[in-house]
Amino acid sequence: MSLVYSGVLSHAPGITGRADLCENTELRDAFYAKLGQQRQEIVDSGAEALIVIAAEHFANFFMNNMPAFCIGIGASYEGPIEDPEWLKIARTKVPGAPDLGARLTREVMNTVDVAYAEEWKFDHGIMVPLNFLTPKYDLPIIPVNINCQGPPLTPLHRAWAFGEALRRACDSVPEKVALVGTGGISHWPATPDSGKINEEWDRNFLDQLVRQDKDALLSYGDVETYADAGQGGFEIRTYIAAAAAAGGPGELQFYTAELPIFAVGVTVARFDIAA
Amino acid sequence: MSLYYLQKFLYELNRDESAQKKYRADLEGLLAEFELTDEEANALRDGDIGLLYVLGVNGQILMHYAAFLGIEWFDYLDMMRDGIEKHGQVRAGVYTMTGGGESFTEEEKKR
Repeated sequence: MSLVYSGVLSHAPGITGRADLCENTELRDAFYAKLGQQRQEIVDSGAEALIVIAAEHFANFFMNNMPAFCIGIGASYEGPIEDPEWLKIARTKVPGAPDLGARLTREVMNTVDVAYAEEWKFDHGIMVPLNFLTPKYDLPIIPVNINCQGPPLTPLHRAWAFGEALRRACDSVPEKVALVGTGGISHWPATPDSGKINEEWDRNFLDQLVRQDKDALLSYGDVETYADAGQGGFEIRTYIAAAAAAGGPGELQFYTAELPIFAVGVTVARFDIAA
Repeated sequence: MSLYYLQKFLYELNRDESAQKKYRADLEGLLAEFELTDEEANALRDGDIGLLYVLGVNGQILMHYAAFLGIEWFDYLDMMRDGIEKHGQVRAGVYTMTGGGESFTEEEKKR
């Protein structure tokens, strides 16, 4: 024991906030159903806490003191910071896992210089996943952040090393811990290009991800990613960390580029936990 | 140019309810806490999404600010396009417009 689940999912604010604008309701609901399946897989894993590896958007971390990595060890958190009406998620208190979080942080620190935080406000990057994965907010959450927003960004190979460090940390505690990475793949969020998606790029990346093709995953340069996948593409760091933590091959459970109102190719995937 | 402090103003406003209260009660006092150019301060006074976008405010910060102002989604996208039409391409940062201003969703095209 005891990483018992690792997966990835999209987190764009439109997934909840623009649900009513979406015209392809059949495909939208199929995506929601797949997120429900992911929730059930986490429940079935027996997880006692959920690590959410996020790519937050200046809810807590700014260029005055930007960590490459941070782990939340607070007793509780509040979110969303955004207007709840806009995100269509009510502001709520979310339980943390301070003791477990501190033990995981201590172990991660042996190999990765991680920051930690007892205060953390959740933005859509965490609240949208929680809305589907633990809708009653009854599972303790350990928020984790990788800097995907404020350049200089965390290097991809360090995101991989961080994922491996999280795995070692999870395996060093008696609790059962689940983990999700949440980001977009190609997307141009919060710009006039919102809804632009490079499906070919996405499918190529996802193929490398589920095959655990480490060399390919770590070969993406920020200049090329920006050109081909937009500034949202920088969030591949969260997926890479989740893959590294799992170690085993993945299964792409859902992907479509046909819901551009959500501003991202929406994705759900899980990984085998390698021994 | 003080894009850093312009973004910091919005970062604080987006996340901090006390900053939001001050924004509503004493905007000038809040503005005075940040080193801003006249152009930047005026853009904040006017809630000028288009100009803030062109000045290089990170889209994630700008999107949350637009939500705070109660701006509807498609209006927000149009305000950024209008900003570029009026002031030219985004001057800094990585949230430039790459698509020529067209819409990428059927939902918006049908509006």
